[in-house]
Amino acid sequence: MKAAPFDYHRPETIDDAADMLGALPDARVLAGGQSLVPMLNLRLAYFDNLIDIRGIRELSMASTLSDTVRIGASVTQAEVELNSDLARSVPLVARALPFVGHFPLRNRGTVCGSIAHADPAAELPAVLVALGGTVEVTSTSGRREIPAGEFFLGTWWTALKEGELVEAVRFPIAGDRSGCAVREVARRHGDFAIAGSAVHVEVDDAGCVAHSGIAMFGVASTPVHAREVEELIRGARLGDLDIEAVGAAAVAGLDDIPDDSNASSLERRTLAAVVARRAVVDALSEATR
Amino acid sequence: MSEHEISVVVNGARRSVRVPSRLSLADLLRDKLGLTGTHLGCEHGACGACSVLVNGEVVRACLMFAVQVDGDEVTTIEGIGSEDGVLTPVQAAFRDCHGLQCGFCTPGFVVTVTALLERNPAPDDGEIRTALSGNLCRCTGYQGIIEAVRSLRSGVEHAD
Repeated sequence: MKAAPFDYHRPETIDDAADMLGALPDARVLAGGQSLVPMLNLRLAYFDNLIDIRGIRELSMASTLSDTVRIGASVTQAEVELNSDLARSVPLVARALPFVGHFPLRNRGTVCGSIAHADPAAELPAVLVALGGTVEVTSTSGRREIPAGEFFLGTWWTALKEGELVEAVRFPIAGDRSGCAVREVARRHGDFAIAGSAVHVEVDDAGCVAHSGIAMFGVASTPVHAREVEELIRGARLGDLDIEAVGAAAVAGLDDIPDDSNASSLERRTLAAVVARRAVVDALSEATR
Repeated sequence: MSEHEISVVVNGARRSVRVPSRLSLADLLRDKLGLTGTHLGCEHGACGACSVLVNGEVVRACLMFAVQVDGDEVTTIEGIGSEDGVLTPVQAAFRDCHGLQCGFCTPGFVVTVTALLERNPAPDDGEIRTALSGNLCRCTGYQGIIEAVRSLRSGVEHAD
């Protein structure tokens, strides 16, 4: 046995899970476990109590509401990836999922779990930021919603308070004249990104960018909302896009780029500019196809 | 540390066992049930040697606790192969295409390929590589393994 000892709990309702999370000391939610269990096995993390939420039926639903897709906390990444209706409604999510680990990991790993884990080099947190999604959280003191832009505070650190669990995440549904792309550089397919970019664009009848949502990942302690790029490409057409300027804008505000054995800060900055401009071009090409 | 009575169907047979909460599914299979065909390489999800099927889906047995499979169906390499040693088409293809050398990673590969072909009987080369990208082999290299899957896609007969 590799993990440190813990007590295991398997509530059947959200309220029971919230009660346990509020009452039990040093408790952590276990969903798919594809990030948490490796950390437990390596003893990078240990908790007195693990609360397995996979038995909670209310959390197992992924549904399309009027203008958003709502994905419950125990819905696996594979379930979303293989659901063509969801993939059509939130194509950027579908586009990002093949980059998340490998398919055996996505068979267990959950969309909400990846977001709650908040690895700064992970794809799904960046997708949530790019699309301006929402995290629904619950605890014994009630429910609240956290906008994507306020959710990620640092490496493996979110705005979740003590006793709160993620109940679902919501992604806005893409419009008809939209395109999206995820580009990343990683050592091997399925590894966390050295640098990556998630882009969603909507165009008007003339093919000009009406709205865009862009986030960078792997280049800071959280996913980074690339507002400068969104500003730069507003109103632009594919043909008159200054892609050098897009790359420069994507990295302009980055002042704390990780420097580690995978890549230096400088390499990351260079790669981030490249993936950003490629993702913007891909997304815009798709939108104006 | 809590202990739990769990009931799980392993390779078609229902097993009831008492497990400590931190026992991994891989350790349950190997140490408590004697199914040592499931190999443990990295024990943190990187290598794929411990791949098994849980309710038909391929997963890492090192990244699940045994207590999590209470009520589920687990299939290991022992449940994919047959007791009398007759090879399945996937196993025969690995043999014929030199898809293994030391064999340590092979159970994980066979489980993964079996699950892939179940879902997608005619994967293209890209799909084969993507599906196998989560399994590491440190001696054969991957060409023989990929060739084995290709041969299954195109319906090459392998003697068992």
